[in-house]
Amino acid sequence: MSGLDAEARIAQWRAALARSAAVTEQDADELEEHLRDRMDDLERSGLDVDEAFLIAVKRLGATDAVTAEFAREHGDRLWKQLVPRVAVAPGEKPFLEMLGFAAAAVVVIQVARLVAQETIPADWFTRNLAFLVLPVLGAYFVRVRRIPLPRVLPLAGIVAALAVVVNLYPFAPGSGDDLFGGEPGQTTFLVAGHLFLVLWFVVLAAYAGGDPWSASRRMDAVRFTGEWIIYYVLIALGGGVLTGLTTLVLSPVAPQAIPEVIAWVLPSGAVAATIVAAWLVESKKSIVENLAPVLTAVFTPLFGAGLVGAVVVYLVAGIGLPFDRELLAGFDVLLVVVVGLVLYGLSARDPLKPTGAMDVIRLVAIVAAVVLDLLVLGSMLARIGEFGFTPNRVVALGFNVLLVVDLAVTAAIGLLQGPRRYARMAAWLTGFLAAFAAWGLFVVVGLPPLFGFA
Amino acid sequence: MNLDKDLVAAMATPLVLAILADGRSYGYAILKRVHELSSGEIAWTDGMLYPLLHRLERLGHVQASWGESPEGRRRKYYELTASGVAALAEHRKQWATATRTLGGLWGAVALGGVS
Repeated sequence: MSGLDAEARIAQWRAALARSAAVTEQDADELEEHLRDRMDDLERSGLDVDEAFLIAVKRLGATDAVTAEFAREHGDRLWKQLVPRVAVAPGEKPFLEMLGFAAAAVVVIQVARLVAQETIPADWFTRNLAFLVLPVLGAYFVRVRRIPLPRVLPLAGIVAALAVVVNLYPFAPGSGDDLFGGEPGQTTFLVAGHLFLVLWFVVLAAYAGGDPWSASRRMDAVRFTGEWIIYYVLIALGGGVLTGLTTLVLSPVAPQAIPEVIAWVLPSGAVAATIVAAWLVESKKSIVENLAPVLTAVFTPLFGAGLVGAVVVYLVAGIGLPFDRELLAGFDVLLVVVVGLVLYGLSARDPLKPTGAMDVIRLVAIVAAVVLDLLVLGSMLARIGEFGFTPNRVVALGFNVLLVVDLAVTAAIGLLQGPRRYARMAAWLTGFLAAFAAWGLFVVVGLPPLFGFA
Repeated sequence: MNLDKDLVAAMATPLVLAILADGRSYGYAILKRVHELSSGEIAWTDGMLYPLLHRLERLGHVQASWGESPEGRRRKYYELTASGVAALAEHRKQWATATRTLGGLWGAVALGGVS
């Protein structure tokens, strides 16, 4: 056994380590140096280079165990290959699994649509829409992650309990705002919408393997959410074009068939895309992973500038707004976008790097968003006495307050904390997601009785 | 006798911080020091030390810098920071409580270095 041979084997061992995305070149340097130090010591004690290599490698630990440990510490890097278990699975099985679940999602939604058309009260479909879509996505992750039954049961229990509650609540049909005339009441819509929020957290729990979440797993869940949305929007755009073309093609020959075709194609495509998008996030990670930070970097300064401009305009013009739920809901969306940009920006950021221009811009954007929202909120609240509370107003207001607290604390951490501020900001933001889950749960379970199911 | 895995894991952070309190060092030397100090009874998989060091770096307890070994190879050195000193003091307090409590029960002689 010659020294040359040993060099080749060291290179081979190093390459095996570096295959994991969690191990950078520098980490590999560090580990290789360790290996060589150990080999030198062993050779000094009389072993030949081959024996020294074998023992030194053995003492460093099995490659996959070591890389797994690196992965636990450097979850951000790992994002490139988040789930080696899945990525490694050979052949077309993951693809077939994805197709199977997409098909199942389509069957569920179409059966429910047909049944709802025939028999059940109109608001049944609206109320249960989230239950028809997201649990299938959750089940998909249970399957791909091979989550053991004891971890699945609590999640399934939550979904089942919610389904029972939502379907037993005696929602008043056709009551509520005049706006909704003969439609289901306000709370029905609120519950249906917030169910998506609550069930999304259940999906994320399944995504995380049913584990209780650590801060880094939560950040992974945030990344997943963001990239899933990007993929879903891309698919939806393509689907929109396809639907438009189908309509165009059918209109001269069978215009009467168009609504029927759309009724079959649109819901099917929309639910199947939830599974396909999740699969794409997992298997084609590197595409969007490179896209998302770029989008964030482009839009953060734009939003920052826009927000600062809006603050100036509002301050100059002065505001005496009446309480306007729709404007408030618009600001909710704005703040959600800011939270998303900040979270994404932080997740793509190396926490050890010193503060850069982008960090300053991000902080300015957060502060501007908070100030702007407080201005609007203050102006509206001053006049809320003229109007009563309705479910819609409570929800828009509560969500707004949650968001503003979230961002204000983020800004405070960014302004006041020391060198570890970025890690703390990320930890705070991901931790605060629990508050949104709780809020969603409150709207689904607590709000309807408060307002007599109006 | 080999120490229980959980106990080794619990000791890892204070052990590394305490070794670095004696001056800057690098991974392999830290492991050798652990081996010496424990007369080989604390068995560590070498590779697991590095994620721990990186975590301490992320937490700001240590600061890393690249230097050169006597053989002319690149080597990453770690140094305790002020926050690392504080963390070590906190760990020491907790371990002192733990050993005092157990020692009181077992009537053992006080162990050196933890009083």
